[in-house]
Amino acid sequence: MTKALISVTGLDSTGIIARVATRLAELNINILDITQTILGGYFTMMMVVDLDGAQMDFDAINQALQPVRDELRMAIHMQRMDIFDAMHRI
Amino acid sequence: MIETGEILQTMRMIQEENFDIRTITLGINLLDCSDPVPSRCAERVYDKICRVARDLVATGEHIETEFGIPIVNKRISVTPVSLICQGDPIPIARALDRAARETGVNFLGGYTALAQKGLTLADERLIASIPEVMAETELLCASVNVASTRAGINMNAVREMGEIILETARRTADRDGLGCAKLVVFANAVEDNPFMAGAFCGVGEPECAINVGVSGPGVVKVALEQVRGEPFDIVAETIKRTAFKITRVGQLVAREASQRLGIPFGIVDLSLAPTPARGDSVAHILTEMGLEMAGAPGTTAALALLNDAVKKGGVMASNHVGGLSGAFIPVSEDIGMIEAAAKGALTLEKLEAMTCVCSVGLDMIAIPGDTPAAAISGIIADEAAIGMVNQKTTAVRVIPAPGKKAGDRVEFGGLLGFAPVMPVNPYGNDAFIARGGRIPAPLHSLRN
Repeated sequence: MTKALISVTGLDSTGIIARVATRLAELNINILDITQTILGGYFTMMMVVDLDGAQMDFDAINQALQPVRDELRMAIHMQRMDIFDAMHRI
Repeated sequence: MIETGEILQTMRMIQEENFDIRTITLGINLLDCSDPVPSRCAERVYDKICRVARDLVATGEHIETEFGIPIVNKRISVTPVSLICQGDPIPIARALDRAARETGVNFLGGYTALAQKGLTLADERLIASIPEVMAETELLCASVNVASTRAGINMNAVREMGEIILETARRTADRDGLGCAKLVVFANAVEDNPFMAGAFCGVGEPECAINVGVSGPGVVKVALEQVRGEPFDIVAETIKRTAFKITRVGQLVAREASQRLGIPFGIVDLSLAPTPARGDSVAHILTEMGLEMAGAPGTTAALALLNDAVKKGGVMASNHVGGLSGAFIPVSEDIGMIEAAAKGALTLEKLEAMTCVCSVGLDMIAIPGDTPAAAISGIIADEAAIGMVNQKTTAVRVIPAPGKKAGDRVEFGGLLGFAPVMPVNPYGNDAFIARGGRIPAPLHSLRN
């Protein structure tokens, strides 16, 4: 399983989770875990997703999230989970 | 599952504390490119490097994007050129520089001679060509090993390197002697070092190998901010834990690069390499330990602790550790060192003492342009003696900045930074350096 972390940060508004989750569903990317909070007025969400269902490579998936970034005006970063596992798990 | 706090910690290290992978360096064996005709040798060298390293930069960039960790440099190290060069080395130097540009790497190292015991004809030709090559090429780095614990110090090579460094500075006078920033003189040079300017691919290395250098002095500094006033046991433990985390990411990147390129993984180099950026300084780790400036009494002890703890933490995190592993103390590439040198807190003599307990040596130090060649040779001999006797790598990368005197400032730009010109002890050593010959290898019993 190729797991990635998607972090979404920016000004809070209605429908952020719905919009991001819908796009991921369209790309056939399964959400494994979500944490979300408001930090100092800023919406902060972290999603752990499984990229294996998507029929495209990492760069293409990243590109496919661009319309959501533009529409929501949120910072959306995606990175492989391996870096967190490497650093924090033996 | 990884906890949110852990994810945030990793992100903070990268975004706020300047944690990065300093380099992926691809070592390439060029022994099979040797040819009696220099132009043919140059052609083979160019072709082989371009073929083997074709995907290096793109692969590095993909890993950066996917894992969200900056990989600052992609580099190549090659077999010491004096070993493959049977005639004029300059065509090969040009081919190496062209290959570096073609593959898109930041630097290519290996314009190297291994001269710890004596000079071959090829070594002599290569060393003599260094000033011209450093002036003419852009991305090529040169190194000369003049001493080792087993062979002693080749004082003929030491004498010559004093002249060569001065001449290299003269030839690049329009750039503050920048050529010297790409030239390092070693004792006990290592074969798998991924860091420039001293990287080369030693003869004991495989056909090619991926060597990765990590960085992250800012991360260590921030970790130590949490244990202010605590005893050194806690300081050492905190550094070890941090070095472990940093190195695990280095290991991950090395493994990924190795798999994607189909090239064996060599080593992870655990060095804490600073940059001139604020928050990316080894000197500021020392000040965080309680010193007012780097160079204050206690600096050598602080550095010894840091260097050892980095290794202890890092060695558990990677299955192969090598290179220069430790803490680097370049002056022009570290804002804390620059400030300390500018204020006079840090002197050449204190830096020399510091090199006894850390990797690597007197690094990126600007000295007055009128420093005599014999004085530079003397500095090299002193460093080589420290390396030889203590069975460690030491090096000298000094820049006699043309037309500059002590207190002036030189600018190299980018990662090479800027530096105050530091004074050199004015007393003469001509008769000492004129002797030449070899300083015998030291005895390794009766250690005192």
